[in-house]
Amino acid sequence: MSAMELVCPAGTPAALREAIEAGAHAVYCGFRDETNARNFPGLNFSRPEMEEAIDFAHGRGAKVLVAINTFAQAGNMKLWEQAVDDAAAMGADALILADLGVVDHARARHPDQRLHLSVQASASSPEAIGFYVREFGIRRVVLPRVLTLPEIAALNEQIECETEVFVFGGLCVMAEGRCLLSSYATGKSPNMNGVCSPPSHVAYSERDGGEMVSRLGNFTINTFAAGEKAGYPTLCKGRFEAAGRRLYVFEDPTSLNAVDMLAEFRDAGVTALKIEGRQRSKAYVRQVVGDFRRAVDALQTTGETARTSLASLSEGAQETQGVYRKTWR
Amino acid sequence: MKITLGPVLFNWPVDKWRDFHFRMAGEADVDAVCLGEVVCAKRLPFIEPALPEVAERYMAAGKEVIFSTLALVMNKAERKALRAVAEMAPEALVEVNDISALAHIEDAPFMAGPFINTYNEAAMAFLARKGAVRACLPPELGDKAIATLTRAGRETGMETEVFAFGRMPLALSARCYHARVHNLSKDGCQFVCEKDADGMDLATLDGEAFLAVNGIQTMSHACMNLAGEVAALKDMGVGALRLSPHDCDMVQVAAVFRALADGAMGPDEAQAKLAGLDLPFPFANGYFHGKPGADWIGRLVDSAAPVKG
Repeated sequence: MSAMELVCPAGTPAALREAIEAGAHAVYCGFRDETNARNFPGLNFSRPEMEEAIDFAHGRGAKVLVAINTFAQAGNMKLWEQAVDDAAAMGADALILADLGVVDHARARHPDQRLHLSVQASASSPEAIGFYVREFGIRRVVLPRVLTLPEIAALNEQIECETEVFVFGGLCVMAEGRCLLSSYATGKSPNMNGVCSPPSHVAYSERDGGEMVSRLGNFTINTFAAGEKAGYPTLCKGRFEAAGRRLYVFEDPTSLNAVDMLAEFRDAGVTALKIEGRQRSKAYVRQVVGDFRRAVDALQTTGETARTSLASLSEGAQETQGVYRKTWR
Repeated sequence: MKITLGPVLFNWPVDKWRDFHFRMAGEADVDAVCLGEVVCAKRLPFIEPALPEVAERYMAAGKEVIFSTLALVMNKAERKALRAVAEMAPEALVEVNDISALAHIEDAPFMAGPFINTYNEAAMAFLARKGAVRACLPPELGDKAIATLTRAGRETGMETEVFAFGRMPLALSARCYHARVHNLSKDGCQFVCEKDADGMDLATLDGEAFLAVNGIQTMSHACMNLAGEVAALKDMGVGALRLSPHDCDMVQVAAVFRALADGAMGPDEAQAKLAGLDLPFPFANGYFHGKPGADWIGRLVDSAAPVKG
């Protein structure tokens, strides 16, 4: 059995080189505009940078997967179609797409280009995945983070394409590509603008007694006692009040770490392991990618998962294996 | 312009669900109604026995009946439930809320629901090729996108429908937040969502009303209200307005939007009537104007317009 492919984040050309040096089998990245779902200031690739990045990666035997995974805006299809055409012309190993219109364009214009279905497409059943495979020749689906491990294993029995799962980093608790929470508060959404809870709409303030307040648009996302670490106000990671309780309604401040589950993913038929974090530093990328590469190699040699030092890099003190274990049920 | 009554998104006891629909079938001036469970497959066994009778009432009243699929499909039970609805095509018009359904609908006309990402002309053209005759557009689209898609739809034979009234469907999750807030597991949820006929209010720690929880679904706290935009939507050529059912006088809501669509009532009178419903949440229309969805963009001189609260 061949080793699982490690797919690593490359928010910048520097991070891309770092990830590849650290052992990434593949990196994913996007153009510097609204066509990709990490459209943050200071991130992403110009056309010449993307060309160079692909050359660099191919010179070292690594693949480049170009994410064009937002939903094209009505009346502005050209921006998305051009991104597809450019990435294909540059020799991207695969395009990661979500929008029916964009994937339809890619299939029609570049029939030989390898296409992956983004997590943003929210294809969570064999029927949905099968539809994309039949219609567009999708070769791999990035699985929505709503499926349990047994569901993933069952799914792989019933579909005719590869699967890629998230194993580390930030965690969306909502079905991705179908979440309008950010635009409800800020007018900017992952689907349309490639941003969630954008920094332009974030404000922190201190109240009497040292309480910190984090706000997104017109809404308080969390409050922190003096001395408590104030996290970034990503909407679904906030603390709210419902039914008389004040709690993290959607998810506790945890970060996904499924490094202990690599053997189970392999046995479930998973092809590729994805690390989240195109917004992360080079140092972070180097360590996480290195640790995961060692774990993947150890699994390949010994058949078992090697424990790594990743815990120190998690967002909060707490780690979760997310929905993969049936704890949400 | 037609009026569509969307599917009931909340967990109403079956008697309430049936009585609501019987009244709407008898009294409400709507052209079409969507029936079926969209949010949680576990609720389906409760309404299923009443479905045929309710559908017949609407048909007898001359309304078009559309059957809605689940929006998020993961396990066997959900897939089976979705399939049962999807396979009603071509005998019945099906509202597809997850792409899964297209695997079961072959060469039959269908409707793309608001949970399908119909964001642009190319997506619309693809869906039209697969048989879509109408799309209820995602609620976050603004006026320019709605106009562009409506124009594009005319070329491909596809009608647009706009979510015009009701708490906005904002997100879906594998996790049940009703259960989580009540310290229950999803599997042992005790159907606690039944307590909240319009969803469970979720406020910020500073007491600002923000969102609403409906099982695995997260909705807006504010109620979409495009009464003031109906004339603009009509000018664009939008085919239908969707009214999403709430625990209020929906016959009256339908009457207001019908009068607006027919040009028989002005927006000020409509807003006054809708304000008179005394809903426990404010109105919002920000998405239409390219603003945050929670915003209310009122007319400059309009004392009847509700304020954002």
